[in-house]
Amino acid sequence: MAVTVKTFTSASEAAGALSSDRSARYLGGGTLVMRALNEGDVSISTVVRAQDQALTRIDASGPRITLGAGVTFARILAERDLAFLHAPARSIGGPAVRNMGTVGGNLFAPTPYGDFTVALLALDATVAVQGGFGARDIPIEEFLQARDRQAGTLVLSVSCTRPGSAETFRYRKIARIKPKGGSVITLAAYLPISGGRIAGARIALGSMAPTQIRARAAERALEGRSLDAATIAAAASAATEGTSPSDNALGSAWYRREIVGVHLRRLLSGQD
Amino acid sequence: MSKIPLQFRHNGRDVAIFVEGGTNLLVALRELIGDMTPKFGCGQGGCGTCSVLVDGELHLSCLTLAETVAGRSIETLDGMKQGPNLHPLQRAFADHFAAQCGYCTPGMLMAAKALLNRNPSPSRDEVVEAISGNICRCTGYEPIINAILAAAGGRVSA
Repeated sequence: MAVTVKTFTSASEAAGALSSDRSARYLGGGTLVMRALNEGDVSISTVVRAQDQALTRIDASGPRITLGAGVTFARILAERDLAFLHAPARSIGGPAVRNMGTVGGNLFAPTPYGDFTVALLALDATVAVQGGFGARDIPIEEFLQARDRQAGTLVLSVSCTRPGSAETFRYRKIARIKPKGGSVITLAAYLPISGGRIAGARIALGSMAPTQIRARAAERALEGRSLDAATIAAAASAATEGTSPSDNALGSAWYRREIVGVHLRRLLSGQD
Repeated sequence: MSKIPLQFRHNGRDVAIFVEGGTNLLVALRELIGDMTPKFGCGQGGCGTCSVLVDGELHLSCLTLAETVAGRSIETLDGMKQGPNLHPLQRAFADHFAAQCGYCTPGMLMAAKALLNRNPSPSRDEVVEAISGNICRCTGYEPIINAILAAAGGRVSA
C-alpha cells in the first residue's frame, strides 16, 4: 500500500507533522520504518522526513558530547573523539546497517535490537525531543519507560557526559552468531571510582525486559565498595532482580536469567 | 495517490522514474529500471543480498526509501563489469568457487567492493567484518573470504 511521504527542511516542521498524525512515523535511517513497510504494516500511512543538518551534527569536543538523532553508527566509528562509544556502535549490524542506522532510531528499536541505547542508558544520557508542546530534555530512563507513548515526538539529539577513562565505561554484547548477530543479552556499566570506592555506578541491560533497563539491585551492591571479587559476586547475584526477559529465537527467558550474572561478573572483572 | 518523480544516477547513467510513496530502492531498481542484480532476500536488513552503493557507501536497498536517493549516485552489481571483462572481484569469485547458488553473490560483491574502495589491502579479519551483514547459506563463507583476499592481492587471472 502506498504511503504519503512528507519531507521537511526543519526538524520542528517535521515534529509538527508527526505530532498531528497518529499514523505518521518518522523515517531516520530506514532500518525500522522501511522494514515495517516491507512487512506490510498498515498502521503507517504517512512517513515524515526532515533534511535538517542539526539532526546529523556531532559535538564531541568537550566533556559533554551531543549526537544528533540522525547520526549513523558508521559516523560514530569514524570519530576519534567518540572512542568510548565505538564498542557499542561496532556491535550493531553489518557495515550497511551501520551506514544507515541512527542513534535516534536505536532508541525505538525493539528487543533484541537497541544495543546502542543500552550504552546510552548506562551513561545516563539525556534525550532532546520535540513534540506538539515544544522541545524538552528527558532523562533516557524516563524516555524508555514511556517509549510506547513517544511515537508522536521527534527525537532531536542525545547527549551524555564523557566517561573519565576507558575503565570507567564498559560494554558487552552477547550474541550466538559470529561475527554479527542479534543480542542474547547486552550489558553496559559505568563505574566511576573515587578514592578506591565506586561512587555512582550505573548498570544497563538489554534484552532483559521489554525495554532497556537499569539493574538497580546490582548498582546498589557496587555502591561505596571497592571493585573486588566479593563486591562483583554480590552484584552478579543481584543482576536478575527486577528483570522480565522473554523468549525469542535467540534465547529463552530462562537462559537469559541464567547468564546475565555470569556476564556481569566478567564485565566487572574486566574479562574478555 | 499521485506518483513522485525521482531522478538519480544509476551506474553512471542518469535515470528518471516515477515512484509511489513508500517504494523502496530495491523495487525501484528492479521493477522500474530493470536492473535485476540486487536481489530481494528478507526485506528486513538481515541478509544483505539487496546491497548497493549509495554515493560509494554500502546501503541496503530494501530498507532505503527510493525518494531519499534523489540526486545521488547508485552503484549496483550491474555496473561492476568493465566492458566485456569481469571485474577482478567477479573473476576471483569464479576462480575460488565463491558463488554456489549465487543468490547472495550480488550483495557479497558490493560489500567487497565497498571494502576494497576504501581499504585496498584488507586483512582477513577486515574482510570477515566487511561481509558480516551478508548471509550465505551455501559456501560456509571461506571461499568468499579467500576470493576477496585474492582480488585485493591481485592474485586473480584477469
